[in-house]
Amino acid sequence: MSAGSHGDAHFRYVLRLADTNLVLAQRLGALIGNAPALEEDLGLGNVALDLLGQARMLLTHAGALEGRGRDEDALAFLREERDFLNATLVEQPNGDFAQTIVRQFLFDAWQLATWSRLESSTDPQLAAIAAKGVKEARYHLRFSSGWVVRLGDGTAESHARAQAALDALWPHTAELFDADEIDRAMQAAGVGVDLAAVCVDWDRQVDGTLAEATLARPADHPWRWYGKRGQHGEHLGRLLAEMQYMQRTYPGANW
Amino acid sequence: MSNSREWPLFEVFIRARGGLDHKHVGSVHAADARMAMEHARDLYTRRQEGVSIWVVRSSDIIASDPADADAFFEPARDKVYRHPTFYAIPDEVKTL
Repeated sequence: MSAGSHGDAHFRYVLRLADTNLVLAQRLGALIGNAPALEEDLGLGNVALDLLGQARMLLTHAGALEGRGRDEDALAFLREERDFLNATLVEQPNGDFAQTIVRQFLFDAWQLATWSRLESSTDPQLAAIAAKGVKEARYHLRFSSGWVVRLGDGTAESHARAQAALDALWPHTAELFDADEIDRAMQAAGVGVDLAAVCVDWDRQVDGTLAEATLARPADHPWRWYGKRGQHGEHLGRLLAEMQYMQRTYPGANW
Repeated sequence: MSNSREWPLFEVFIRARGGLDHKHVGSVHAADARMAMEHARDLYTRRQEGVSIWVVRSSDIIASDPADADAFFEPARDKVYRHPTFYAIPDEVKTL
């Protein structure tokens, strides 16, 4: 499965999912000790650990598909920024709590729709990871959508911050549903999802929650980010520098 | 952290397994009932401690006053006959 262009597309498809999870887990991990309340510290930490657990399985699977002997650690800690294929949504800074929550909500709605479809992937490994992930994603979405409503339909201050976060993050959502040749090849092979169908689910969830939260859905943005092709904004490099520092300073360090 | 002080307190009860009763395990701060449930889940069931959660506003619990302890609990102390230990159990009864 690792040979040829199909194998490469398969590797990259799984790597995109893995990197998106890994980068968001790293972002959320940075909030430990900094969330607005002790209870939220643990709540967000739990989400981070769920995402990291999924990322580890996905990275290991991607390494096997690639067939060049790279394990999860080699893929996580020894790749350059341009080799990371995460969606740019998840590399956006934590910002204020509204930005953290809105980013999480937009991601969770996408991930739940994705995992629930990947449960029937023809890649049995990916299907198994999805089956585990879908239960976690369902809780994450419950958590983040509750907060979006609480902030949006809260005070004037929390509403303004939630709307500002939504407006700032919105341009990064289009990439999630913009199928390229890898997405199309994987959908045709039955490995990947139909992004148009994922988008329908996402729209329904997002529109419903935003209405409840009295937040306005921003207009679609003409500019497209393509983190999934390795084209990142200014933020990912610094995140990776922190995440990869130990392995690069002390190669092979273990504990 | 200052925000959490403004959130009301909720008491958390966890049922460890089907058939057992809910036991008080602690409390959480939360802005509303839904958040209290999520905080309870996130704080108290991370290690598979439970299969069911109850949360209740701490202010809705009516507690006995420690100042009443003498009147409430002292009188029971010398009434050992209320314990069932004085009954002779017939040999025929196997499961009591």
